[in-house]
Amino acid sequence: MRLINRHPGRVSATLLGLLPFLLIMLIYSLASQERLAENPNDKLLPGLEQMTAAIDRMAFQEDRRSGDYLMWQDTTASLQRLGMGVGIAASLALVVGLLNGVMPLIRANLAPLVSTLSMVPPLALLPILFIVFGLGELSKVMLIVIGTAPIMMRDVAQRVRELPGEQLIKIQTLGANSWQLIIRMVLPQILPRLIDTVRLSLGPAWLFLIAAEAIASTEGLGYRIFLVRRYLAMDVILPYVIWITILAIVIDQCLRLANRRLFPWYNAGGH
Amino acid sequence: MSFITVKNLWKEYGDQVVLENLNLSVNQGEFCTLVGASGCGKSTFLKMLLGQETLSRGELLLEGNAFPGEPDRNRGIVFQRYSVFPHLTVRQNVLLGLELEQSPLMGKLFSSARSEALKDVDAILKSVGLAHAANKWPHELSGGMQQRLAIAQSFVMKPRILLLDEPFGALDPGIRGDMHELILKLWRDTGTTIFMVTHDLYEGFHLGTRLLVFDKVRNDPQQPEAYGATITYDLPIGQTDPQTYESIETSVSKTARNLST
Repeated sequence: MRLINRHPGRVSATLLGLLPFLLIMLIYSLASQERLAENPNDKLLPGLEQMTAAIDRMAFQEDRRSGDYLMWQDTTASLQRLGMGVGIAASLALVVGLLNGVMPLIRANLAPLVSTLSMVPPLALLPILFIVFGLGELSKVMLIVIGTAPIMMRDVAQRVRELPGEQLIKIQTLGANSWQLIIRMVLPQILPRLIDTVRLSLGPAWLFLIAAEAIASTEGLGYRIFLVRRYLAMDVILPYVIWITILAIVIDQCLRLANRRLFPWYNAGGH
Repeated sequence: MSFITVKNLWKEYGDQVVLENLNLSVNQGEFCTLVGASGCGKSTFLKMLLGQETLSRGELLLEGNAFPGEPDRNRGIVFQRYSVFPHLTVRQNVLLGLELEQSPLMGKLFSSARSEALKDVDAILKSVGLAHAANKWPHELSGGMQQRLAIAQSFVMKPRILLLDEPFGALDPGIRGDMHELILKLWRDTGTTIFMVTHDLYEGFHLGTRLLVFDKVRNDPQQPEAYGATITYDLPIGQTDPQTYESIETSVSKTARNLST
């Protein structure tokens, strides 16, 4: 049988999927053990013991100086920035993308600008943001917005234009004016697609968040990682990275489930 | 004065002539079927009636006035596919037109206005045989049922003209027969003027009141786009004999072959 025609069963698919994770953990723990055997104070590859101790210190004990639980403080600060940034970007993308997709006059007017903006490397704008908005929350949220909104706008406009032309004609023969066409046909069909777009934009959003926090911040997951880097505190950095990854997966899956619940017609192949 | 008048109508895209010198006069309540080879301008003519295409020369009149330049609620359409809205249930799909008409700002009806409108909706769903599927999503329906829905969606608006663009082209032959009965019944009940484009010559010969054959009279093998199509046969249905059928069949297939080479 050809290789391309051989499919794994349920169990073996799960095992095959787990295998790389187990391998990475195995290699890491072997290397870590070896280094720790040579020097128990080694900081580069901390063992499970050191990492749980670090998590306990960061998440479940008050910070000696500020009295806060640092990991939760960092998490809420980062999630707030991420949520605001992505929320604003998605709203902008919906409005601009939808109008760009539906109205030829607005498309002629705005599409070139959106395409150009989406080509500007957002991190190159970060100094400008710091100068204009200061070092506070606003500039970090703005970086996420500027980094993700233009591409989402283009994507939404593209999805709008992919709606079958027959539908556009049909609703006009039912007497819809432009406004009704938008709120009764385009908007409800584009919302589930917007959620898909947001899911894809979360990766870049995290990137911009951590970059902004690394440069100027007093709290946040990215801030903490870059802070403890000075002390080579891999026992804090590694759990933080894993924690960020878990958060990203949870957010992504929540959006996926919300999409399924809210738009049953979309996920059942009704589009 | 006739309901729809076509006078010396031409349609060209650059050098390509699609329709040439079309003349036609249709009365209210007629059911015209349009047949012909692909690329002979049947669909283009339908799009002009719809307001989706403009004409190059000549006149296209509705009760003596030029046709409106964009689609409106007086001219319904059923396409071969994609004419129902996937995000609305069967009932909501039919309700939509009434909602758009009665609620300009929201495009949505509530409470008593809604239940009033739903009476009309349920009546028409019953007459197209979709009452049992009222709360299903379109993707749960078969192709034939989706077309029934698209027809119901148009008929609930009581359009003056109904345009059908190969509405049964993607359906199984058995289902097609049921659909013919359905459309004839609705046409008799409402008296709407219907134009139906079809590939199926048999369908054209047996459905409606009038058969219009779109074909090219002149053909330049070196330059097939130089001449456009026009109406070569305009026959009342019921008076067609096998010989006419044969000669239309031959002529249409010949044009189709010329166009495809």
